Amino acid sequence: MYPHSNHQTDKPILDVREVSVRYNGRDALENISFHLHVGERIAVVGPNGAGKSTLFKVVSGVLSPNAGEVTISGSQPTAHSCIAYIPQRSQVDWNFPVSVADVVMMGRSAKLGPFNFPKKRDWDFVGHALETVELANLSKRQIGQLSGGQQQRMFIARALAQEAELMLMDEPLTGLDTPAQEGLLDLLDRLRADKVTVMVATHDLEQAAKHFDRIMLLNKKIVAFGDPESVLHSDNLLSAYGGRFRTVDGNNLVAVDDSCCDEGEHD
Amino acid sequence: MSFLLEPLQYEFMQRGMIAAVLVGIVCAVVGTYVVLRGMAFFGDALAHTILPGIAVGYLITGGARDTLFWWALGTAIIAALGIGAISKQAEIKEDTAIGIIFAGMFALGIALISTVRSYAVDLSHFLFGDVLGVSAHSLWLIIIFGGIVLFTIAAFYKEFLTLSFDPILAATLRLPVNLLNNLLLCLIAVTVAISLQTVGVALMVAMLVTPAATASLLTKRLPTMMALAAFFAASSGVIGLYLSFYLSIASGAAIVLTATSFFVLAFAWKKVRYT
Repeated sequence: MYPHSNHQTDKPILDVREVSVRYNGRDALENISFHLHVGERIAVVGPNGAGKSTLFKVVSGVLSPNAGEVTISGSQPTAHSCIAYIPQRSQVDWNFPVSVADVVMMGRSAKLGPFNFPKKRDWDFVGHALETVELANLSKRQIGQLSGGQQQRMFIARALAQEAELMLMDEPLTGLDTPAQEGLLDLLDRLRADKVTVMVATHDLEQAAKHFDRIMLLNKKIVAFGDPESVLHSDNLLSAYGGRFRTVDGNNLVAVDDSCCDEGEHD
Repeated sequence: MSFLLEPLQYEFMQRGMIAAVLVGIVCAVVGTYVVLRGMAFFGDALAHTILPGIAVGYLITGGARDTLFWWALGTAIIAALGIGAISKQAEIKEDTAIGIIFAGMFALGIALISTVRSYAVDLSHFLFGDVLGVSAHSLWLIIIFGGIVLFTIAAFYKEFLTLSFDPILAATLRLPVNLLNNLLLCLIAVTVAISLQTVGVALMVAMLVTPAATASLLTKRLPTMMALAAFFAASSGVIGLYLSFYLSIASGAAIVLTATSFFVLAFAWKKVRYT
């Protein structure tokens, strides 16, 4: 009963054409155009306030752009329930009285349709999703009892239960220690087999270069978009970040003085 | 035993007891969402905002109680959707806007009622409730409309849960977010209307918030939280009415004080247990 469009497989999974968004009279995104193919791994990097979250909201159809158009496999985002938006952990109420399995089951709300309660098939879906992200043994835990990495994996399980084909992850690596980051990125690599397309907003240029097919350097406009070697140039980074970065070695490995916390662009 | 049975000889005590239990259960279940979504101030404001509607009904019908429910219900639904719409605009902060409307409407209600010469008793019933004055007719209205509220919460359980936990997920799943939000506001409005006679507008927020908050201290699962909240609210109704009968204190206040005591006990128990 809730909308779900059929995919036209000859169209890109995501096509963004000349999209602009204004927030309170200020430009948040200016004239963004790009498209993604099924199964791609994209890292979106840029300074705080660059419009990463705004871009994800437009792509997921939660926010309508002031100009331009977004299509998912040939039709409007609002016609699809296959887009998963995985929130920043700081945006989630971790005291909410739900278990891990409850949260993953929420991903099936649309598939279930109004008035229906979960059936065995849905619980199987949830169980399978939790196994994929290696949380099956924690399914009955209250969500606040999970570690940061487990919380991110729970949301990936929710996206799998949703049968998501496009996953948008807002700063999933922020606040995780290195083993948890590696675990999460390995999991995303394993999901390649399922042809899930993934866009990840991150501050970590090194992880972006290592684990993603293409990198989008964003600062209200697309500064550069392509494979990591061609994007992570000093010139590009300088124009995206201004003076707030420094080169670590003679090549293109760069550390950005910006790996911090709350983004000003959230409302 | 006669201590417990004696008050129940009176038909008004029986009706009051049933009303307090039913209203408590409905308030507690709806109140779970009020607590989880941080809508306590909205609930308090909504309860106060319906006073002018009740006042107009009171003036038109010359004080007949049984029709007041419909005035309360109509005003509550209009007020809930109105406050919901106003709190979305960006000119003034949401809580400020609600505060202005709520105090203004409340004052208007008092002004209207005060035009009747002997208004004090009726006004105090509207403010603090008169559960022992519940008629058989009112009891039926509580049963029917309380049933509708509980049925709707059950029917849209997963939608309300998803929307409350993660509104962006609800939007990306293409659930009808605005419709569901307004439906929840209407359910709170109906709950306010059926609770009017039990606790009155001034104490209503306690029935919406206190039992649910008590339950939230004791469990980390939503269905359990709803059940526990309903249990605390129903018990508060029964115990409160006995206290009211034997200590001769106002019934609404006695019910709310019992609910508050449950909260304090749960809070203290949790502090002792986890420190």
